[in-house]
Amino acid sequence: MEGKEVRFGPDTSGLFATVTTGTSTGAVDSMHDSFLPVGGLVPLFNMELGEITPGGVGAGLYGILVFAIIAVFIAGLMVGRTPEFLGKKIEAYEMKMAMLVVLSLAFSILFFSAVATATAAGKAGPLNGGPHGFSEILYAYSSQTGNNGSAFAGLTGNTLFYNLTGSFAMLLGRYAMIVPILAIAGSMAAKRRVAESLGTFPTTGPIWVGLLIGVIVIVGALTFFPALALGPIVDQLINNAGRLF
Amino acid sequence: MRTFIKGQLWPAVAILLAFTVITGFAYPAVVTAVAQIAFPGQANGSMIVVDGQTVGSSLIGQSFDDPKYFSGRPSAAGAGYDPTLSGGSNLASTSQALIDRISAQVDALRKANGDAPIPVDLVTASASGLDPDISPAAAEYQVARVAKARGMTEDQVRAVVARHTSQPFLGFIGAASVHVLQLNLDLDGLLR
Repeated sequence: MEGKEVRFGPDTSGLFATVTTGTSTGAVDSMHDSFLPVGGLVPLFNMELGEITPGGVGAGLYGILVFAIIAVFIAGLMVGRTPEFLGKKIEAYEMKMAMLVVLSLAFSILFFSAVATATAAGKAGPLNGGPHGFSEILYAYSSQTGNNGSAFAGLTGNTLFYNLTGSFAMLLGRYAMIVPILAIAGSMAAKRRVAESLGTFPTTGPIWVGLLIGVIVIVGALTFFPALALGPIVDQLINNAGRLF
Repeated sequence: MRTFIKGQLWPAVAILLAFTVITGFAYPAVVTAVAQIAFPGQANGSMIVVDGQTVGSSLIGQSFDDPKYFSGRPSAAGAGYDPTLSGGSNLASTSQALIDRISAQVDALRKANGDAPIPVDLVTASASGLDPDISPAAAEYQVARVAKARGMTEDQVRAVVARHTSQPFLGFIGAASVHVLQLNLDLDGLLR
């Protein structure tokens, strides 16, 4: 119950944390920093997936559209046809832009976290010791890149170092995503509609849903698993072993 | 130039002015008016008034140290229940500082209430540091102490506790809670 209100209780607090990070809401009704490590892992991973888990609400819509484009591309590779999405051909240009979005998300979160853990100014931030301190740093840049707003609030963020790197993470999180997505939109709008054929991969139905979820989870897990393993996962194992910092 | 002024600049300025009036003045005025007319209590801070004197807000917890009052949860807000410094401890489950704080709190509770198992919310600080509630288990844990300090029977105290216990919304959203300030006011016979 550390960091939770009685009237909300542990279960609604956990639900609130999941929803607020699955979307780009960022409001909190409990202190995420005091969750058990695996409890903190869920909001962290939600933001690192691009805040698209409930299907992409608000600004999450363009996030999930990028993943839809990557998913039709992968499906296209599997059946050996030019992929199509919403009646438009997906070609090299769209794929490059979609990958730019995915890579800038990962770059902004992981690069700035790495810088913070490698510099004295960055290491001065975390309140908690051990791997939980790294989780605090990782959460800060995940939240700022994803424009979420929730925090592992133990981190002292109001320093020159965190203000500067955080502002760059926020700039990247917005513009390094919006610009390539607008480029995709412009390029697709200029293309002629192609008629549906037998080779068109249907973007409805359970196979599509499974493929899309698979792409989102695999891209997110492959990109962020090493960082999560150093943060909340090892933190939980140390917690179970009863070691304190 | 003329087409620029007529075609772009004027619409932009007109929309700026229109939205300044609508979102800057009209909308807040309407929301304030509706709130003050339809929900005056909530709009002014859910204040609890006893005999014409405001004793607190039902949303903001206060600290009680006297054994004849039910005490609330530990608070990380300033020196404790400081509404200008609302916040949690942010300590992790692997934090030595958290374990030390909980151990000290356990010792203090044992000294005041005896050796019964201690409900977890009485040794953990809330997210806001201003939690106005305790769990029903935490209230039950303190019933014997309060009854003794007041010379009441335990069942009399339990009846007052029951009056200030709220069930979860729709039965499953949130958790049951006991409102500490209202409970203590009622014990003093100040609520009617």
